[in-house]
Amino acid sequence: MSLDTALRTTVKVPFQRCEEFFDQFFGGAHNPLRHLGAMGLYLLWIIVGSGIYLYIVIDTGVQQVYNSIGDITRDQWYFGGILRSLHRYASDAFMLVMGLHLLREWAFGRYTGFRFYSWVTGVPLIWLAFASGIGGYWIVWDQVAQFSAISTTELLDWLPIFSEPAVRNFLTTESINDRFFTLLVFIHIGLPILLLAALWAHVHRISHVDHLPSKPLMQGTAGALLALSLLQPAVSEAPANLAAIPADTRLDWFILFLHPLTDLTSPAFVWTLLCALTVLLFALPFLSEHRAAPVAVVDPANCNGCARCQADCPYAAVVMAPHPARPGYKIAVVDESLCASCGICAGACPSSTPFRSQERLITGIDMPQLPVDALRAALENKLAALTGHTRVVVFGCDHGAAAAELESANTATLPMICAGMLPPSFVEYALRAGADGVMIASCRQGACAYRLGDRWTQARLAREREPRLRTKVPDQRIEIVYASANDGKLLHHALINFKARLATMPDAAQEIQPYLRRTAHHA
Amino acid sequence: MLKPAAAIAGQVVLYGAFAAFIGFFATNPKYSQIPDDVAVVRVSFSHLGERDCRKRTPEELAKLPPNMRAPMDCPRERSDIKFELDIDDKNYVKHVLYPTGLYKDGISTMYRRIELKAGTYKFTARMQDNTKLEGWRFEKEETIDLKPLQNLVIDFHPDKGGLFFK
Repeated sequence: MSLDTALRTTVKVPFQRCEEFFDQFFGGAHNPLRHLGAMGLYLLWIIVGSGIYLYIVIDTGVQQVYNSIGDITRDQWYFGGILRSLHRYASDAFMLVMGLHLLREWAFGRYTGFRFYSWVTGVPLIWLAFASGIGGYWIVWDQVAQFSAISTTELLDWLPIFSEPAVRNFLTTESINDRFFTLLVFIHIGLPILLLAALWAHVHRISHVDHLPSKPLMQGTAGALLALSLLQPAVSEAPANLAAIPADTRLDWFILFLHPLTDLTSPAFVWTLLCALTVLLFALPFLSEHRAAPVAVVDPANCNGCARCQADCPYAAVVMAPHPARPGYKIAVVDESLCASCGICAGACPSSTPFRSQERLITGIDMPQLPVDALRAALENKLAALTGHTRVVVFGCDHGAAAAELESANTATLPMICAGMLPPSFVEYALRAGADGVMIASCRQGACAYRLGDRWTQARLAREREPRLRTKVPDQRIEIVYASANDGKLLHHALINFKARLATMPDAAQEIQPYLRRTAHHA
Repeated sequence: MLKPAAAIAGQVVLYGAFAAFIGFFATNPKYSQIPDDVAVVRVSFSHLGERDCRKRTPEELAKLPPNMRAPMDCPRERSDIKFELDIDDKNYVKHVLYPTGLYKDGISTMYRRIELKAGTYKFTARMQDNTKLEGWRFEKEETIDLKPLQNLVIDFHPDKGGLFFK
């Protein structure tokens, strides 16, 4: 195991355990740790919304800026004061969520290969977020602002970029005029607008972006921040006084931690650290030992241009283009640089049905490392070898619980790259070809390694999304288990319970017409 | 997932922990940049050094076109600036400031931050903005009682009599 992998594992394992702990209370769809990106965007909207009101009421005069913010905190505590507190606490939460998001994506190895672009475009966001946050604190022009302004400009002055030391703007009270705060407010608006533009770039290579977390998660987060705003309203420190050094500053450690770090070390150390971290973040994708898996391949003769693969691809790697041989038709084209090699497209393809009569099943879009033909052949072989009662086929996910350990005389297991790779027709095929039940072991909800595999699998089997499971397939013979790599026991117990349920049912043949491809009339 | 009541109770606890974490580190722990009995002296100025001008001779002036017969010949370059600061006769800053710009025609700037225990000190600042000349063109001496956490600025402004303490 390389050092990089070992380091990531030491973070990934506890992170995964935390996620699974949170699952007990929130469930996968509402688990904040699984939706950190969407949480960040939601918090940003809270910051923007509350900031618009603060912009309306703020007076940018040197004396007035402090008083106007103080007035809304005091006189309008029930509205303006709460918005001010929400603005501050949502900003802190944003920093926290951004840090966790970065840590999680790194620990889970999601920074290389097809994720390279999203990772690299995320790095400038960190700088923009901190620049916006630090600038925001200056606007209040209290003692925290004074401390931050002087510390930041002292830090900036270490770089040879200004003809005059920027800190001279904060030497004496006379150094500052009203225009400074007008400029500051515009910078504080401009940087978040840049941040939003950069966020668009950050997510534009993925499809079905979660722009917002689930409703319960939004309500819970807003409730927590609102309660905090009421219990501990954000207030200003004493007004800035450049004739004195602020004592005992109530520092916001989420945003302003760089100042104590500079005091503790030196500007040279802090700049070296910041630059080294930035370069490291940019360089990480190039340092990784990631080996790209074979990408999806389109077969023009079997692609009918239905665009289901395009609709289901989590990374917008499939686009539709004019078919080279069939005028008026379209064909799927895979962008190799974006393809995650997850196989979700193969699961979406209507040609991926095992009921087709060809000896060699060639579908419209397929994975070279696990073609649907190989999946059908493995399924047929394993079904033929099953003995005893309650014969179950388990389709496992390479990133979830180890399904192979469940293999037994009456249990066949078939590994897949992702649960989303499973065409629903394979479930029907298994039941009609001898299985009493089919279990699909997917990653935990919201924890799919390819973002949408669990969601599409559930929707296809619930007949809510194409390709739908046919209505004649009895639902009680299908079980979806959401189990992570740590959930081996859970999967094992789920199988026992499923078999017990199947044991109370009549033979599958009484509920669904048996089918054997080799003896079927069209074979 | 747990039963709804237990799940909701767990969510309340976790949202509460999230709010408490944000609320605590948004203002705590308190931070003091300097000890309570210390003051800070900031020495900073931004000034253009003198140019080394020379009076043109009548012969030189005669050679020039009539519209360009300026009596003084001033090069574009500025002089370095020398600065020294003594506190209680002990030298704290001794610095030569170079003009900025590719042609050394820009402003010379400096910024120093000195932390001192609160108390009474004699400050002596000296500056020469033409290093071709001997001695000091600007000098200022003052005894100041520095209070704890005081921020004393030593700056230079030619219109305010040169060096000043504030």
